[in-house]
Parts: sequence; structure tokens; C-alpha cells
Amino acid sequence: MTARIGVVTFPGTLDDQDSLRAVRLAGAEPVSLWHRDKDLKQVDAVVLAGGFSYGDYLRAGAISRFSPVMETIIDQARAGMPVLGICNGFQILTESHLLPGAMLRNNHLHFICREQKLRVETSRTAWTADYTEGQEIQIPLKNMDGRYVADERVLDELEAEGRVAFRYLDFNPNGSLRDIAGITNAAGNVVGLMPHPEHAVEPLIGTGRTDGLGFFTSILKKLVNP
Amino acid sequence: MARVVVDVMLKPEILDPQGQAVQRALPRLGFDGIADVRQGKRFELEVEGPVDEAVLARIHEMAETFLANTVIEDFVVKVES
Repeated sequence: MTARIGVVTFPGTLDDQDSLRAVRLAGAEPVSLWHRDKDLKQVDAVVLAGGFSYGDYLRAGAISRFSPVMETIIDQARAGMPVLGICNGFQILTESHLLPGAMLRNNHLHFICREQKLRVETSRTAWTADYTEGQEIQIPLKNMDGRYVADERVLDELEAEGRVAFRYLDFNPNGSLRDIAGITNAAGNVVGLMPHPEHAVEPLIGTGRTDGLGFFTSILKKLVNP
Repeated sequence: MARVVVDVMLKPEILDPQGQAVQRALPRLGFDGIADVRQGKRFELEVEGPVDEAVLARIHEMAETFLANTVIEDFVVKVES
């Protein structure tokens, strides 16, 4: 049976189609989910895609967190369903307290859009199993509110438990503390990151790199051979 | 109708580049002597009916769960007469 992976569309989501395509290219069945529906259509995992959900009014991800679909996703994620939050999705995951810390305006106050080098710090999550620890990948980054912050105690805890999933290499694009680009929850089913793996899955698009495909093949492998 | 104000500010230890950008612009505009600027948010809530303890408690809850992100922000609730 093919794994069903849902991608949520909020008003203002931009990268849902790219995420659905990435899911399909990895070999899973993409399922569109709508922010006003509580029903997850029996998906096995969920991707919260990038964009500016609800216009990023109040704070990025703050209003989305209270949407009907997120009520169900928060419950399911706590029960172990894999959830990947990309960019705005990462912001929604911190606002939902599924991941610790918070996302703030970039330290230089500019929107940034670039090819970003990352180090994969852990392969022990549902979304990174197809990478090796220490592997360097390059995927696009584009955001306004990408500065990851948390207090020292939380940062130390993340480091000690191996929950810093990705770190920026060569260049910290937004002032994120300890060069953190992405983190995971303790169980490893919830992962959030600022750069966009779904924009690097086809050789004909962008720089031709497909470094992002591993996210989607990782989850597929986990769902098929749990 | 009564007005309740919720002021939200970044916690002191959180870097505020927006406040810094404003502060850096001040001398250029001829406003000297400002050592630091931090930028926050103010919510003005027009409340139907009297503002009693229960209403204030609800507004406090609203501020804590939604208007402010208490991971990075502090807030103050004030009743304006």
C-alpha cells in the first residue's frame, strides 16, 4: 500500500504544490488538506508547507496554530504522527509548541533568498533517515522571519539530546542562535526547518541539485517499513 | 464601552533589530541622546459591558495564549478609563 502524505493549504500558503510534487516524486501518494477541515483524510504523515499563512499577521504562524486542521495535527503529532514543517510550517510548529523556541524577524531585517548549505546533524528522525550524520546538503532558503531563538537552557537541552537536526554552514543567513536551521522533537517524528527541501527535488529546476528529496524518501521508507 | 490595553514587548534578552534600526536612524534625523530603542506591540480591546475580574482574567488568558508568544515576549494588561 502506498503511503499517503498530506500537505496543508492555509490562506497564504505558497509552497503546497511544490510539496505535493516532492511527495509524488518520492513515490508516495500526495493528499491535499484544507485549513478549515479537521479531517486529515487518513494520511500517514503531514507536511506544513512554506508561505505566509494568514498573512503572517500578529506573528508568523500564530493564527494558523489555532486553525481547525492544526487542532487535529497537534493531537496526532503528539501521538506520534510524522509532521514536517518547512519555513512557515516550522514557524507554525514552534507557535504550536510541538517544537521549542520561537522564530523572529531576520537580524538584518531583509527578506533573504539564496542557495544555503546545511549540515544534517541527525539521521534519527522520521524525515532524515536517508541522510547520513554530518552530510552536507544545499537547498534553497527564502524567508523574512527565520531567526531561531530559545533560551540557553533549551538550546543546551537540544544539543545534549541531539535534537539540532540541521545547522547552517559557511553563512548564518538570519542570526539564528548556534547556527540552528532546523530541530526535531524528542520522539523524532516532528521536524521543522527554515530552508526548503521541496524546492530541490528535480534536476531540471533551480541549480539542478536534488538534495531535498531525501526528506521525502526518508518518510516514505519509515512509513512503508516502520 | 471600556477599553483594555495589552502591551506586548520582546523580552529584554531577545535581540530587537527593528528597535536597533530605529535607534540608529535617530541621530541622522537630529534626535540625539537616545541610548536604546525597543519596539513592541499595543492591542486596544474595546470590551462590551463592564470590565470585571472575570473579563480581565479572560483577556489575560487571551494575551498569554494568542496576543503574545511568551517564549519571546512579555505582556502587560491595563484597563483604560
